[in-house]
Amino acid sequence: MTGAALVAANGARTLRARRDTVLPALIFLAFALLPVFAALTAEEYLLDSATRIMVFAVAAVALDLLVGYCGLISFGHAAFIGLGAYAVGILSAEGIGDALVALPVAIVVSMLFAWITGIVCLRTKGVYFIMITLAFGQMVYFVATSLAPYGGDNGLTVAARSTIAGFALLKSDRAFYYFTLLCLAATYLLCRALIASRFGRVLRGARENATRMATIGFTIRRFQLVAYVIAGGLGGLSGFLLGNSTEFVSPEYMSWQRSGELIVMVILGGVGTLDGAIVGSAAYLFAEEWLSSTFESWQVIFGPLIVLVVLFARGGLIGLTTQLWRRFGHA
Amino acid sequence: MPEPVLRLEGLRKSFGSLVVTDDVTLDVMPGEMHAIIGPNGAGKTTLINQISGLIPPDDGRILFAGADVTALPPEARALRGLSRSFQITSILPGFSVLENVALAVQARDGSSLRFIGRAADETALNLPAMVALEQTGIADRAQVRAGELSHGEKRALELAIALAMQPTLLLLDEPMAGIGREETERQVELLLRLKGEVTMVLVEHDMAAVFALADRISVLIRGHVLITDLPEVVRADPQVVTAYLGEQME
Amino acid sequence: MSGTLFLVQVLNGLQLGVLLFLIAAGLTLVFGVMDFINLAHGVQYMLGAYLAVAFYGLFGNFLVALVLALLAALAFGLLLEFLVFRLLYERDHLDQVIATFGIILFLNHAVRVIWGAAPLTLPVPDAFTGSVVIGNGLLYPVWRLVIIASGLAVAAGLYLLVSFTRIGMLVRAGATNARMVSALGVDIKRLFMIVFGFGTMLAGFAGIMIAPIISVDPGMGTNILILAFVVIVIGGIGSIRGAFLAALLIGLVDTLGRSFSVDILRLVMGPSPARMVGPAIASMLIYVLMAVVLYVRPTGLFPVRGR
Repeated sequence: MTGAALVAANGARTLRARRDTVLPALIFLAFALLPVFAALTAEEYLLDSATRIMVFAVAAVALDLLVGYCGLISFGHAAFIGLGAYAVGILSAEGIGDALVALPVAIVVSMLFAWITGIVCLRTKGVYFIMITLAFGQMVYFVATSLAPYGGDNGLTVAARSTIAGFALLKSDRAFYYFTLLCLAATYLLCRALIASRFGRVLRGARENATRMATIGFTIRRFQLVAYVIAGGLGGLSGFLLGNSTEFVSPEYMSWQRSGELIVMVILGGVGTLDGAIVGSAAYLFAEEWLSSTFESWQVIFGPLIVLVVLFARGGLIGLTTQLWRRFGHA
Repeated sequence: MPEPVLRLEGLRKSFGSLVVTDDVTLDVMPGEMHAIIGPNGAGKTTLINQISGLIPPDDGRILFAGADVTALPPEARALRGLSRSFQITSILPGFSVLENVALAVQARDGSSLRFIGRAADETALNLPAMVALEQTGIADRAQVRAGELSHGEKRALELAIALAMQPTLLLLDEPMAGIGREETERQVELLLRLKGEVTMVLVEHDMAAVFALADRISVLIRGHVLITDLPEVVRADPQVVTAYLGEQME
Repeated sequence: MSGTLFLVQVLNGLQLGVLLFLIAAGLTLVFGVMDFINLAHGVQYMLGAYLAVAFYGLFGNFLVALVLALLAALAFGLLLEFLVFRLLYERDHLDQVIATFGIILFLNHAVRVIWGAAPLTLPVPDAFTGSVVIGNGLLYPVWRLVIIASGLAVAAGLYLLVSFTRIGMLVRAGATNARMVSALGVDIKRLFMIVFGFGTMLAGFAGIMIAPIISVDPGMGTNILILAFVVIVIGGIGSIRGAFLAALLIGLVDTLGRSFSVDILRLVMGPSPARMVGPAIASMLIYVLMAVVLYVRPTGLFPVRGR
C-alpha cells in the first residue's frame, strides 16, 4: 500500500507539474522573442518597456516569495531596489564601473540591510510588520535624499552601463535586455526551487498554521529571516539592473509608493504563484504606460482599477486564466 | 524508583483575577498512560498548553526528561520529544495528508535549511510518514488535501503528526472530542497498542475511554489536582464522585 | 544653542506632535475597533485643508470655512466608507492596504485635477495673526500656539468622551473585542460609522488648522501619513492614550532632531562631516526610535489586549 500511494503521489504531481511548466515556459519564450518582434515592427520602445518590466519582475518575484509563500507583507521592498541602484550609482561616481564589483556589492548590501532590519521586523506580526517594513523603507529613502555628494533629492546620473570584466558588453540595449532576461530566469528558477525545497515547505507550513509548526519543532522566525534576506538580495539585483537600464538613480526608486506598486503588481498577477509576479509586473507597467500616454490624469482611472481588482478579481490574472481554463479547457 | 518523564511542580496560572491553574503538582512515569479528567472549565487545556509551552506559567516548574523546560519555547520542547495533539484540530489544511506528517518527520531529520531538492519527493521523510499514517488508519488518504478530510479523519491526522515525532511524551488533548462511536473505539484500540511504548498524558471527557486506557488518573477541579491514583481508587473516591463523576457515570 | 531657540523648537515639536495626534487618533481607533488599515486617511487631512481654502474663498471668514470644511470632510469620509471601505472590512489586511493605496492614487490626482498642482494658501484668521515674544525677545507665531491649544483641547475632549460616555465605552470595548460587542447586540455597523466619521473629522480638523502655515499641495497627505502610522505603531494600535504620548514624543524627537542634529554631532566630530551626516541622521531618527520600541515591545507601548 505504501508503494502504491507513493506512485499515485508521483502521478498527481506530474499533472500539476505540466501546468506549472507550460505557463512560465510561454512567458519566457515570449520575452526571448520580443526583441525580434520589436525589430521587425520597428517598435523599438518595446525593448525599453520590456526591459523595465523584467527589472521590476525580478523584485516582484522576490516579493511574492515573502507575501505569497511566507505571508509576510513587506511594504518596504523598494528599499532593496534603491540600495542596489545606489550601489551602482555611488560606485560609478567613485570611478568603479564594473559589474564584477557593483553586482556583488548591490546584492550583499541589500542582504545586509535585510538581515539587520529583518531581525527587528520579524519580531512583529500583522499590521505592525507592514508598518515597520514601511518605516525602514522610508529610512533608506530619507538617507538617499540627504546624500548631497550623490545627488540628494535630484538623483545621480550613472556614467555608463556596468562593464563586465572591463568589456562594455551591456552597452547595447539588446545585450542588456538578454542579460536582464537571464537574471529574471535565474531569479524565477531559484524561487521555484526554494518553494519546493525543505526550506520552502517550512515557510508554507508556517503560513498555514504557525502554532502547529512550532509544536512540531520549527523555529519559524529563523526561516522567515532567511527568506527575508534572500528576497532582499534579489531586490538588490533588481536595483542593479534598474540603475543600469536607466543609467540614473534617484531616491524615488525607494519611495513607499514604489513599495506599494510592487505589492500591487504581485496581487494583480496573482499572489502566491510566482508566475503571477511576472505577469502582474507586465500588466501593471503596461497599463501605466498606455494609460499615461492616452489620458492626462491616468491615476484617476488606475486607482479605482486597482481597487476593483482587489475587490473582485481574487487570485489576480493568473487566477482568472485558471478559472477560464477550468471552464473551457476541458472540452 | 525510575525518573518521571514529566514532573509538574507547583504550577500556577491566572488570567487577571481568575486562577486557572492552582498549585498543580504531578508526575508522569515512563510508559504510563496518565489521564487528566475534570469538569469543563477545570483548566485542563490551559494545563496542557503550559506543558507544551504555548502559555508561560506564572509560577512553578516543568521538568521534562529530567531537564527544566519551564523557560523553553514550544519548538525546543518538541525537539526534545514532547509531542501534542490539539483539541481543536490543528493541521495544515492546504497540504496533503502525507505532507502534514512528513513535515513532522522533517523537523527531526537534519537541517531544514536545504534550498534545493523537492522535499515532497524525499523518501527518507515520506516513508516514516506513511508508517504513522498506517498506524492511525488513514494511509489510504495520503494524497488527499488535509482540509477535505472528515472530522474523524482529521483527528486521526492529528494523532499521526504527533506520533511521527517519535515522542518521549505524547500529550493528547481530548482526542475523542466530536467523533462517533466507531471512531472512538478505533482510537482506543490504537492507544491501547501504543501503551507501554509511548508515555502519554490523556485529557478526556469520554469516561469509558479513560477507564479503558488509563494507568493512573489525576482529577482536576477548578485548577487544582484533587487526587492522583489508580482508576479504581479514583472511581470510588466520594469527593470525586460528588464533584465530577456523579454527573458523568450513568 | 540658546535656551530660547531650544524653547522655540520644543514648541514646534509640540505643535507637530499635536497635529500628529489628531491624525493618528482617528487612524488608531479605526484600526483598533474595525481592524481596518486605512492608507487613505492622509487624504482626509489633505481634503480638510483644500476644503478650508475653497470655503474661505467663497465666504471670506475662517470660522465659517472651518465649520463647512469639517462638515464637508465628514460627508466625504462617510461617503467613502459607505461606497468602498465597507466592502473591505471582512478582507485581509493585504487587500485593505492595496485597495486604500489605489484610493490614494485616485484622490491625490483628483485633487490635482480639481485644484491644480500649484500650492495654495490660506491666511491666518485676523484674531490670531502676529507673534508673541518668548524668552530673549524671540517672536513666536500666535497661530502655532492656537494649534497647540486646540489640539490639547481636542485630546482632553476625546479622553473625556472615551472614558465617561456610553459611546466611548463601546468604542473601547470594540477596540478590545469587536466580535464580542457585536454579539452583545450592539449595532456594530453604526458603531463603525461613528468611529470612522469621528476619525475623519479629526484628520480634517488637523488639515484645516495647519493650512494657514504650510503650503496646501496634493502631496501633503502622503508624508504626514507615514508619520501617523509610526505614531500608532509606537503607541499601540487601538490606544488613544498611546497615540497621544507617541505623537508628542515623535513630534519632539523629529523637530529637535532636525534642528540640533548638526550641533550635537559637532560635539563629537568636525563641523564639515557633522553638516553632512547630521541631516541624514535627523531624518532617520524617528524610524530608529520605532525600531527600538518595537524590538522591545512588538505590539507598541500601550497595546490594547484581546486582538
